[in-house]
Amino acid sequence: MKKIEIITRTFKLDEVKTALAGIGVKGMTVGEVKGFGRQGGHKEVYRGAEYQVDFVPKIKIDVVVEDDFAAQVVEAARKAAHTGQVGDGKIFVSPVDEVVRIRTGETGEDAV
Amino acid sequence: MNFVDNAFILICAALVMFMTPGLALFYGGLVRSKNVLATIMQSFIMLGLVSVLWAVVGYTLAFGTDIGGLIGGLDFAFLDGVGMDNAGSPAENLPHLTFMIFQCMFAVITPALISGAFAERMKFPGFLVFSALWLLLVYAPMCHWVWGGGWLDEMGALDFAGGAVVHMSSGAAALCCAILIGKRKGHGSQAFIPHNLPMTILGAGILWFGWFGFNAGSALAADGLAASAFVATHLATAAAAMSWIVAEWVHGGKPTTLGAASGAVAGLVAITPAAGFVSPMAALVLGLGAGVICYGGIILKNKLGYDDALDVVGIHGLGGTYGALATGVLATIGAEGLLLGNGHQLWVQFVSVVATWAFCFAMTFVIFKVVDATVGLKADDAAQDKGMDIAEHSETGYQW
Repeated sequence: MKKIEIITRTFKLDEVKTALAGIGVKGMTVGEVKGFGRQGGHKEVYRGAEYQVDFVPKIKIDVVVEDDFAAQVVEAARKAAHTGQVGDGKIFVSPVDEVVRIRTGETGEDAV
Repeated sequence: MNFVDNAFILICAALVMFMTPGLALFYGGLVRSKNVLATIMQSFIMLGLVSVLWAVVGYTLAFGTDIGGLIGGLDFAFLDGVGMDNAGSPAENLPHLTFMIFQCMFAVITPALISGAFAERMKFPGFLVFSALWLLLVYAPMCHWVWGGGWLDEMGALDFAGGAVVHMSSGAAALCCAILIGKRKGHGSQAFIPHNLPMTILGAGILWFGWFGFNAGSALAADGLAASAFVATHLATAAAAMSWIVAEWVHGGKPTTLGAASGAVAGLVAITPAAGFVSPMAALVLGLGAGVICYGGIILKNKLGYDDALDVVGIHGLGGTYGALATGVLATIGAEGLLLGNGHQLWVQFVSVVATWAFCFAMTFVIFKVVDATVGLKADDAAQDKGMDIAEHSETGYQW
């Protein structure tokens, strides 16, 4: 199993969710996060005092899927989140050792 | 006694009361989230502390029988002789109690204004003692000098609704406190970004609303002068909100909501001494100047580097001073300023400005030093890191 973390622009949440649901992803976890990459931060001005704000608000979507489904999920998410501008975000894929469904006790791919 | 005037001034007193929670929101939104409650508290609790002190001894020090032009006697201590009729009332058309409670609301908001200077780093017990002493030793004498038959009143200084009594006095105290208490931990290296500007804008709106009671009510009657002061207040405020955002648009590149709110407050402050003495168009001109001058004041603060956290000096100190001097130029209603050829009035205004700044700064210095040495005023670095809400009040504004 793979965990796919998609960190991208907040306004892309609905498009990514729709794209993933469209190819059969059954669940996901979403969080509001802050960070920076090559996009960097931005300047804010309060009563003439300038502050550099480094952390930009983003969303992070976590999805866990079967190994042979991962590539399709990554590509769907990449297309949905793509604008072509700096700051589109990153997708990380990592192995998952175990999954447990709390309600039933099922494990492994049955629990995904 | 006039029942219509009584009804009007009681409503005005309620409007002025509403300014203090408005100020709490205005200030509360400007600080970081870990200090929101402590900041709100420093305004809100003045409704408690000052009201009690005012009834017991503050009112009589301000409006009791004059002693040497400097202070009122103790004839109205514990509100003795302050009753439902006009006996002894400085305003013959009003019950003495109405006049007293209207003035009480002014006394409440003035020490609350100062709290913006030392926001995010003042311990609560010290703040209470400082505010109590400041009310009795600075506000009450100032109030007596200007409105209670004291020496500035005798000299003919014009201060319709509190340019000197409320704004210059709190501005001078704020400058003194900001210098003496020192900077917030991290000042200059961390970003002190307002945590909730919508709260600040709402607070500014409430201040604007309440200020009609402050200024129009200072006519002390439901008459044409009240209407004139109301219109002057509104036009000066509108003009200052516009001129502030234009100034920052030109200087900084973008017009900000905080600029619009700050400009409005600057206009309200500046028109306060002039409200009943100037025509609508003069008020508009006065307001245009207020927005630009007070914006300049906060830019200057950023260059000078002292930590007046919420710009009490730049807005109330500078705005009140400018308004007092502008009153000496623009007064045409019930008084004659420089525009009508009376240069003497501008001189009187200048003297009142110097006297107010000198007296309030010096007295605040002494009070601050005494309270700092006894009760203690500045929160230590650990408390500032934790936030004043937890450190001083064991609660937080937001749960998540």
